[in-house]
Amino acid sequence: MSAENNDAQWGSRLGFILAAVGSAVGLGNIWRFSYMVYDNGGGAYLIPYFFALLTAGIPLLILEFSFGHKMRGSAPFSFARMGKKWEWLGWWPSLVSFVITTYYAVIIGWSLNYIVYSFGRVWGKNPESFFYKSHLNLSSGISEIGGINWTILLGVAAVWFINYIILYKGIEEGIEKASKIFMPLLAVFMLIITIRGITLPGALAGVNKFLEPDFSALLDVKIWLAAYGQIFFTLSVGFAIMITYSSYLPKDSDIVNNAFITALANCGFSFIVGIGVFGILGYMATETGQPISEVVTQGIGLAFIAFPKAINLLPGFQTLFAIIFFLGLTIAGFSSSISLIEAFVASVRDKFDIERKKAVSYVCLAGFVGSLIFTTGAGLYFLDIVDHFVNQFGIALVGLIECIILGWVYKANKLRNYANPLSDFQIGNWWDIMIRFITPVILGYMFIQNTILEISKPYGGYEMSALLKFGWGVAAIMLILGIVVSFTSWTGRKEELLSREVL
Amino acid sequence: MSLGAILMLIFGSVILYGGLGICLRIAMKNN
Repeated sequence: MSAENNDAQWGSRLGFILAAVGSAVGLGNIWRFSYMVYDNGGGAYLIPYFFALLTAGIPLLILEFSFGHKMRGSAPFSFARMGKKWEWLGWWPSLVSFVITTYYAVIIGWSLNYIVYSFGRVWGKNPESFFYKSHLNLSSGISEIGGINWTILLGVAAVWFINYIILYKGIEEGIEKASKIFMPLLAVFMLIITIRGITLPGALAGVNKFLEPDFSALLDVKIWLAAYGQIFFTLSVGFAIMITYSSYLPKDSDIVNNAFITALANCGFSFIVGIGVFGILGYMATETGQPISEVVTQGIGLAFIAFPKAINLLPGFQTLFAIIFFLGLTIAGFSSSISLIEAFVASVRDKFDIERKKAVSYVCLAGFVGSLIFTTGAGLYFLDIVDHFVNQFGIALVGLIECIILGWVYKANKLRNYANPLSDFQIGNWWDIMIRFITPVILGYMFIQNTILEISKPYGGYEMSALLKFGWGVAAIMLILGIVVSFTSWTGRKEELLSREVL
Repeated sequence: MSLGAILMLIFGSVILYGGLGICLRIAMKNN
C-alpha cells in the first residue's frame, strides 16, 4: 500500500489495464466507430485515425497516466499539487464525469430493459415505434416533460445499485474484480456477434461498404478532424478518469507501454465490432432489398432500433442473439460508468477526507436523483442536449487546456523524464511536440470551429432557450462549480500532502 | 469484397492487433 495514496492500489498490472480499457471501451465503440469509418471515406479513414491515435490519443494517455501516477491522487488533488491555482482544472472534468454518469446510467438502464424485452422480442415488428412510443413514451417536445417512465426508472435504479456495489468494495475488490469479469465477457460476446454477423448472407457486402477505401476523402480536412475527435473521445482522456486510475498504480509501475496497450486494445475492440455491425447491416440490407446506405445508422438508433430489426430477420436463435447483444452493450456501459463515478468519488474523498463507503453512497444517491430527469417523457431530448454540450465544451476543452497547462506550465519534459525510467520502453522528444503543439492546435481548431457552428446553427433544431439552459448552462455550471469548489480548503491527510513539494 | 476493402482490413488488423501483440509481449517479458 502506498504511503501517500488514500488506501487503494490495483492488485495487478492486468487489473489496471483491464480497468483502463474498460473505461475507454464504452457504448461509442459499439455504435459510433463503424459509422464514422463508413461516413468518412471507408477504409481510407483508418489512415487519419491511426495518425490521430499516434499523435494525440496515445500521447494524451501517457500524459494523464504519468501525471496521475506522479501526483498520486484524484484530478483535483493532482492539479492542486502542481499549484493551488490549477485545482479547478481537476474539478471541472470530475464534475463533467459525474454529469455524464447521470445520463449514461439511463442508457445502460435501457439496455437492461432490452435484455428483458429480448425474451419474446417484445419490440415486435416495428422496433422504431416500440422504442420511441412504448419504451421511452417520448413527449412531443422538450417543453413537455411528461411523467417518469417507471420501467426505465427500474432499470436506472438497478444500474446505480450495481455501480454502488462495485465502487463500495473499492479498487482491488470492486473495480478490478469487476473489470476482470466484465472485459473477457465483453470480448466473448462481441466475438460471437461479429462471427455471427459476418457469416450471414449479404454480410460481406456490408463489410465491403465499411472498409472500401475512398482515398480522395483524405484531402478533406473534415475527415482528419473527425478522426482526431473520434480518438479523443474514445480513450477516456479529459475525464479525470485516467489521472485517478493511474494514481492507484504502485510506484514502480510502467506508464508508456500501459498507455499503448490501453489505446490499441480499445481501438482493436472498435475495429472488430465494426466488422460485425456492418456484417449485420449488410444482411439486413440483403433481406429487406434496400441499399446499405438506407439501413446504416449510429448511436441509439443502431442499438435500440436497427439491431432489434436485424434480430427479427435472423434465421434462428433470435432471442439468444438479442440477449448477447444487449448484455454486451450493458457490460460496455458499466465498465465505463464505474470509471466515471470513481473519478468523481476520488475527488470528493481527497478534498473532504471522506471514507470511501460514505463518498460512494452520497455520490451514487446524488447520481440516481440526477438521472431522474432523463427517465421522463422528455428524457431523450435532455440527454441529447446535455451529452452534446458537455462533450464539446467540457471534455474537449479540458483536453485542450490540460495540454497547455501540463505541456507548457508544468513542462512536458518533466513528465517524460518521470515516465521513461519506469516504462518498458521510452518516449522521445516527439512526445513533447505532440503535447505542446500538435494536440492543442488540433483541439483548439476543433473548439473554435464547433463554437462558430454552435452559434450559427442551434444544435439539433432545439429552441435556443432549451440549449441555453441544458446545454450551454450545464457546461458552464460545471466550470463555475469547479472554480468555486477549488476555493474551499482541503481537509485531512491530503491537505498535509499538498504542502509537500513534488519533484 | 473488393481488393481495397481486403487491403484495409489487413492494414487495420496489422496495426492494431500486431501493435497490441508487440506491446503485450514486451510487458510480459518485463514482468
